[in-house]
Amino acid sequence: MSDPRSTGTARVKRGLAEMLRGGVIMDVVNSEQARIAEDAGATAVMALERVPADIRRDGGVARMSDPAMIEEIQAAVTIPVMAKCRIGHFAEAQILESLGVDYIDESEVLTPADEAHHVDKWSFTSPFVCGATNLGEALRRISEGACLIRSKGEAGTGNIVEAVRHLRTILGDIKKLTVAEDEELYAWAKELMAPAALVQEIAERGELPVPLFCAGGIATPADASLVMQLGAQAVFVGSGIFKSGEPATRAKAIVEATTHYSDPEIVAKVSRGLGAAMKGQTIEDLDVKLAGRGW
Amino acid sequence: MKAGVLALQGSFREHREVLDALGVEVIEVRTPQALSGLDVLFLPGGESTTITKLLRTSGLVEPLQRALDEGLPVFGTCAGLIVLADDLRDQHGANAPAVFGVLGCTVLRNGYGTQLDSFEAALRIDGIEGTFPGVFIRAPLIESTGPGVEVLAAHDGAPVLVRQGRVWAATFHPELSGDLRLHQRFLQEVAA
Repeated sequence: MSDPRSTGTARVKRGLAEMLRGGVIMDVVNSEQARIAEDAGATAVMALERVPADIRRDGGVARMSDPAMIEEIQAAVTIPVMAKCRIGHFAEAQILESLGVDYIDESEVLTPADEAHHVDKWSFTSPFVCGATNLGEALRRISEGACLIRSKGEAGTGNIVEAVRHLRTILGDIKKLTVAEDEELYAWAKELMAPAALVQEIAERGELPVPLFCAGGIATPADASLVMQLGAQAVFVGSGIFKSGEPATRAKAIVEATTHYSDPEIVAKVSRGLGAAMKGQTIEDLDVKLAGRGW
Repeated sequence: MKAGVLALQGSFREHREVLDALGVEVIEVRTPQALSGLDVLFLPGGESTTITKLLRTSGLVEPLQRALDEGLPVFGTCAGLIVLADDLRDQHGANAPAVFGVLGCTVLRNGYGTQLDSFEAALRIDGIEGTFPGVFIRAPLIESTGPGVEVLAAHDGAPVLVRQGRVWAATFHPELSGDLRLHQRFLQEVAA
């Protein structure tokens, strides 16, 4: 008889996110890029058909990737493989779970499938990561069962300004909660549109009950160091690596800068001679802002 | 007592919190300089391929190997066990070179499967009363142990906590369990 075990618990779902702390999760579109990412020291890869910069350029509806493409990447690497479903598209999430994807990203980078509801993430054995632009959004996602929050930034721009805004907003509001009076927390819950019990928990702990990573606009080792110093616990890099001149070199450099984020000499060392960074876009010039998707 | 926690990537913060709760002085190790004067070292969970690469780029492989060969007590959890073991395989059947090779174990990386197979289980551990909460995240599977390796706990017939002299290793994460007793027991035994 085999010894009893429980799978899909909050502890093991959050646990994998905790194992990814201090690391870099890289967007990849094929097995060759996945191997480059793993060789560079990525802690996980995000398998998708187009990186956000190309989704922006091409327009149209962006959907879950072809399962064959995800399986090809799963076969190519030993690190965890994540994949994206559309906001509220629980059937895509079910498919990703059946593929044995290690983390599901219910992502604003894809075109939303539901304009009022997100996926009920508690009903899955696979853990979910969700984006947030502010504390209320983060807490709503956690109340739906997300086990990892990433600040959204503005994906596919190579511009760090929105990531910084979102991180500062989330972490700034957490700080305010820790000094609020007990009776003020109910008004905070109303303002944040978040469950009062979660607001009270944050006020007591001084941090989210799940890890907080940063995404959307990281293009250089210095960007990684910046958001880690601001309080992100790991980084997602999408277009920033494979839209640059020398992806393998840049990927390694961002990995080292994320580990040694508080040591400017090491960040300087790895920043030398990286070739061209992705061109990037200013936020004012964007036709579509992805960060506004999510309710 | 001064405890180092390898802090390149992974669950170093959780090890730190356990050691803080036990009142042990903690040094986060990211550079060779941080290794001097340590009494014990913890190697956290995380992604073993990432940690292995960062050990190299941070210049830590040689000084750490020397410290381990000279008998620095070490406790590796999950990825920490992988870098200590002397025989590694991955789920695609490939052999990987050992990193420190100071623990006589054949280890299959992600041997229990993907994240869907990550699990919790109550463990019986030699010398610890009652049960201990075992948290297994994409855990490595110890397929066999060499001479001189004691099995302190097993689950489903496979060793999950082993000891070879002053080298301790677990395939699960005591640092995520909220239970201080295993860290405490390691510190007591290696200090004795």
